[in-house]
Amino acid sequence: LGARRIDLAGAVDFKDYYKVMGVARDATETQIKQAYRKLARKYHPDVSKEKDAEARFKEVGEAYEVLRSPEKRAAYDRLGQGPAAGEDFRPPPDWGAGFEFSGSGARDSDYSDFFESLFGTRGRPGSGNRGGSFHPGHGEDHHAKVLLDLDATLRGGARQLTLRVPELDAEGRLASKERVLNVQVPKGILPGQHIRLAGQGGPAAGEGTPGDLFIEVEFQPHPLYRIEGRDLYLDLPVAPWEAALGAAVKTPTPAGTVDLKIPAASHAGSKLRLKGRGIPASPPGDLYVVLQIALPAADNDKAKAAYAAMAATLPFNPRAALGV
Amino acid sequence: MSSPENQALAGAIFEDSAVLTVRDLSRMCAVDERHIVEFVEEGVLNVVEIVGTEWHFTGAALRRTRLALRLERDLELNLAGVALAIELMEELHTLRRELKARR
Repeated sequence: LGARRIDLAGAVDFKDYYKVMGVARDATETQIKQAYRKLARKYHPDVSKEKDAEARFKEVGEAYEVLRSPEKRAAYDRLGQGPAAGEDFRPPPDWGAGFEFSGSGARDSDYSDFFESLFGTRGRPGSGNRGGSFHPGHGEDHHAKVLLDLDATLRGGARQLTLRVPELDAEGRLASKERVLNVQVPKGILPGQHIRLAGQGGPAAGEGTPGDLFIEVEFQPHPLYRIEGRDLYLDLPVAPWEAALGAAVKTPTPAGTVDLKIPAASHAGSKLRLKGRGIPASPPGDLYVVLQIALPAADNDKAKAAYAAMAATLPFNPRAALGV
Repeated sequence: MSSPENQALAGAIFEDSAVLTVRDLSRMCAVDERHIVEFVEEGVLNVVEIVGTEWHFTGAALRRTRLALRLERDLELNLAGVALAIELMEELHTLRRELKARR
């Protein structure tokens, strides 16, 4: 989301956390908590259907992280009105002096450059010592999520995955670094499943084994197929006479074009199952072909005559079920 | 030296073969083992097999544990709230799928 806006002098966009949370600057802790919970339920990526849920949720989480903590909130308020949102902002040179940051919980969302320019590494709760400590001798396991093309699971094959990894730089500041991995995607992996890369997680202290990297897989929308677990759905347009009389029509499948037999008296929405033609998992998914009736255009005299002949021949009331 | 294809890290589908213990889940999700036990007690996680005194989970428990932890942390839910939320989310998912299948 968005390019990094930090320039060499450290100017970043100012963020109005009160506005993000929709609360007044003198809101009480209770009001802030209430506002957060309401917004979190609305935008949480696991529950939300909103389009930009993830970005909004991150923004809200960051605002809450600052406003819930009396120390951080005081530090933030000390900026006064500050420049208007969106304008460049430069933290004062003595920024953060005298504030003790006590983070709790363990959010792993990315914070904005603005947040990091104010609170840096210290402001990030739990940074630096998550995991690991639970099992000495084993490095931290890392998690990532990627969007793959459907082809990756249909055929398997190598994909270059770009992951963003938070890392401490020489000055102890947290920065997000890109890590490019070339990964052999296992054929048949389903949305929500993980690729495990042994030893690609965090390093172990001392003699231990490094942690693993777990990559959760989701798929980009495909132009033809809708993905539903291990099954695929394809909308297939057919002519009215193909649906009415039955026909063999060419249809795409992930494994190539096949001749599909349309039974007579099919209608719009009729579903034909091609067993085992979905995602090649074990057991493999199915491909469902959903028929759509496409009407030929009545854009010339011949076509108009054909429609008129049908109207004259067929005693057909498509609205009979509506009682009219 | 060798082509990128050859250098690709071999990835396996974790869920296919994984049998997880409380200790595994604790390590993978960076959370205390007691917390995993609490998830089991609240019905958030299902033990599929007990071997000796060890609880076993399927690989799908990884995703569920991480989801439960996110809900707990981000929505400030307690254990019962997490269990209820996950149950309702699953029901919603099933209903949406059935609705789609009917159309």
